[in-house]
Amino acid sequence: MEKYLMKGNEALGEAAIRAGCKCFFGYPITPQTELSAYMAKQMPKRGGVFLQAESELAAVNMTLGAASTGIRAMTSSSSPGISLKTEGVSYMAGCDLPAVIVNVQRGGPGLGSIQPSQADYFQATRAMGHGDAYIIVLAPNSVQEMADFVGLAFDLADKYRIPAMLLADGLLGQMMEPVSFSDEKTDFVNKDDWAANGHKNKREHNIVNSLYLDAPTLESKVQARFEKYKIIEQNERRCEKYMCDDADILVTAYGATARIAKTAVDHARQKGIKVGLFRPITLYPFPRQELADAAKGAKIILDTELSMGQMIEDVKLSTNCTLPVEFYGRTGGVVPAPEEILAKIEQLNGGLN
Amino acid sequence: MNMQIILAGFGGQGILFAGKVLAYCAMTDGKKLTWLPSYGPEMRGGTANCSVCISDEEIGSPVIQNPDVLIVMNSPSLRKFENNVKTGGIILADSSIITEECQRDDVSFVKVAASDIAEKNELSGGANMVLLGKLLELTNLFTRETVEKALKKCVSPKRPQLIPANLKAMTLGGAFQ
Amino acid sequence: MSVIFEKPKALLDVTTHYCPGCGHGIIHRLVAEVIDELGIEGETVGVCPVGCAVMAYDYFSCDMIEAPHGRAPAVATGVKRANPNLHVFTYQGDGDLAAIGTAETIHSGTRGENIVIVFVNNTTYGMTGGQMAPTTLPGQVTQTTPYGRDVKTAGYPLRVCEIMSQLDGVALAERVAVDSPAHIRQAKAAIKKGFDNEANGRGLSIIEVLSSCPTNWGMTPVKAMEFVREQMIPYYPLGVYKDVTKKETR
Repeated sequence: MEKYLMKGNEALGEAAIRAGCKCFFGYPITPQTELSAYMAKQMPKRGGVFLQAESELAAVNMTLGAASTGIRAMTSSSSPGISLKTEGVSYMAGCDLPAVIVNVQRGGPGLGSIQPSQADYFQATRAMGHGDAYIIVLAPNSVQEMADFVGLAFDLADKYRIPAMLLADGLLGQMMEPVSFSDEKTDFVNKDDWAANGHKNKREHNIVNSLYLDAPTLESKVQARFEKYKIIEQNERRCEKYMCDDADILVTAYGATARIAKTAVDHARQKGIKVGLFRPITLYPFPRQELADAAKGAKIILDTELSMGQMIEDVKLSTNCTLPVEFYGRTGGVVPAPEEILAKIEQLNGGLN
Repeated sequence: MNMQIILAGFGGQGILFAGKVLAYCAMTDGKKLTWLPSYGPEMRGGTANCSVCISDEEIGSPVIQNPDVLIVMNSPSLRKFENNVKTGGIILADSSIITEECQRDDVSFVKVAASDIAEKNELSGGANMVLLGKLLELTNLFTRETVEKALKKCVSPKRPQLIPANLKAMTLGGAFQ
Repeated sequence: MSVIFEKPKALLDVTTHYCPGCGHGIIHRLVAEVIDELGIEGETVGVCPVGCAVMAYDYFSCDMIEAPHGRAPAVATGVKRANPNLHVFTYQGDGDLAAIGTAETIHSGTRGENIVIVFVNNTTYGMTGGQMAPTTLPGQVTQTTPYGRDVKTAGYPLRVCEIMSQLDGVALAERVAVDSPAHIRQAKAAIKKGFDNEANGRGLSIIEVLSSCPTNWGMTPVKAMEFVREQMIPYYPLGVYKDVTKKETR
């Protein structure tokens, strides 16, 4: 397959178009802007729609409108913009709408920095807007995965009628790596039974809506959605395990941090330290069972993130707090060197003997 | 093989492009690579830098703490990065622009009057490639054939004349003593 | 016996939740009659606001989407851009359109989105119990202007048609009212013009309909219509503020 040298943001855009994304609604914000720029250049040439909205609020609601008609639609932003998009995402979750949202995370809170960060984990996995709802969250860790996971996100979104997010960061968005694009066709689902795309006088009218003024009705809608979440949690957990089998120390990391942690694990192994890496690929659903299994032989877990520690809560929950969980993180846009994580591994290893 | 290179200078000197040429060379040779630009306000006419990692093995962090090679095209960049270069590493500087000396004695400091060479040979904006030519001469990182293939990919098809121009700049850089 | 009056097909045979004397019933009917006359129900998608018309999706028989508060023009933009062949309208109140959704309204207008906006101005947030709206008249008493709207602190009302008429992408900006049979006929003609503009790609049409809210105004339906006539129309003059199909506008 032909290899291209592309930025993560651009590869993501190209893969989205190949996955049948027909509409992209954007708003400029660093470090995701290349994605908008790529779509602006490509969509008109390839039968799609690119529109720069007046705000992230408008962009996410344009996405809601386009997705309501049953086509594949996407929007993207970076942390502060994603906060604005949470309104629309909550509505989409409440309307059972499939759509893809990309967050190329930067440092926060507030305007924060424009450097890479993973401080939106809580937001992505717990609170993409108000109400009882989850969305699927995929965490790529290379330019190749930025490309590969877009199609997957669209497929999962369609299959379960749920918004899906790609949770990337400034490193993955800005860096270039060789990437190839799969020609595998994605699964298009017929959406005519719910989409508001004109009933052509052939069926009852479809309504895309999240309002249920009757409390028991809303409760049953939410409960039905949680049954769907159970199926998603059962079927769609994804992770990568690296040298976990004999590990005394299990490092957990996702996204760009997992790459840095992997280098640290390799260096530690060269020093004879039994350490492995567990990388969640789906952050919702979190691969709880897989992590519990991987941690069975371990004596201690080291969670590493570009934040003050957010995924660590899922790590502790997955292992029912049966193991000590240590943390090493940098935040605000600071990216740790592998040596920093290695030093922490060595320190923990010293404590084990 | 494992090579970490930082290229740094002013915006507009072709720092990112030179990094891209290295990245395309690595891809052409089937190596693993990452290319990471500095981004944000500083890229609008201020300082620009990019980090290129080339390896036979999977690359972890694309962020380079201690480069094997530092290519600098202005004084602030030399001051900013010179202390990070690995012992035994190379600092390649455009001496047409940078007049000061390197403060380290455990790295090889190579001065090339890249901007002057480019100007003399009517290769406007080619100082970056002059330095790249010198780098390849010093390290044998990539063959000329690889570079030619890579240039075809990173030069816009609308401006094919830039390929021989870039190659000429590299040749001049490689020959500079 | 021949039928001389019936419910438009584009309205479902259901009881609405609107209060007695509310203008929404009339305006729903006008939109539905236009859809019927143009024969486009099967290719039409309506977008509801948040406000009293939030449940319009249960009343119109075309496909419907319920938008977040103020975002109906953005949602409609998404629908229309993804499906240029669909006919798309939004139905919005004054708080939805002229307060929280001002940016979406203005930018859909300046982009010249081929959609129809039916904007119901009744000077109040009806659904939440009668608070000050961006169109509440100076001195008008509401729940949040209990001493009357004091322009020194609460600012002035927004004249939406006048603003929208300044935008190059707007094809039609017309203010109508539903306080009399003659005005109701004009209102319907304006809505029909809007759908014609949409179908012919002329840009965005906004039809501002001055309407009554007897419940929150604390008036009988008849008194409320008098309020529209005597208080609202002088502040919000009826007429065509922009019509790209005509050379001369107001």
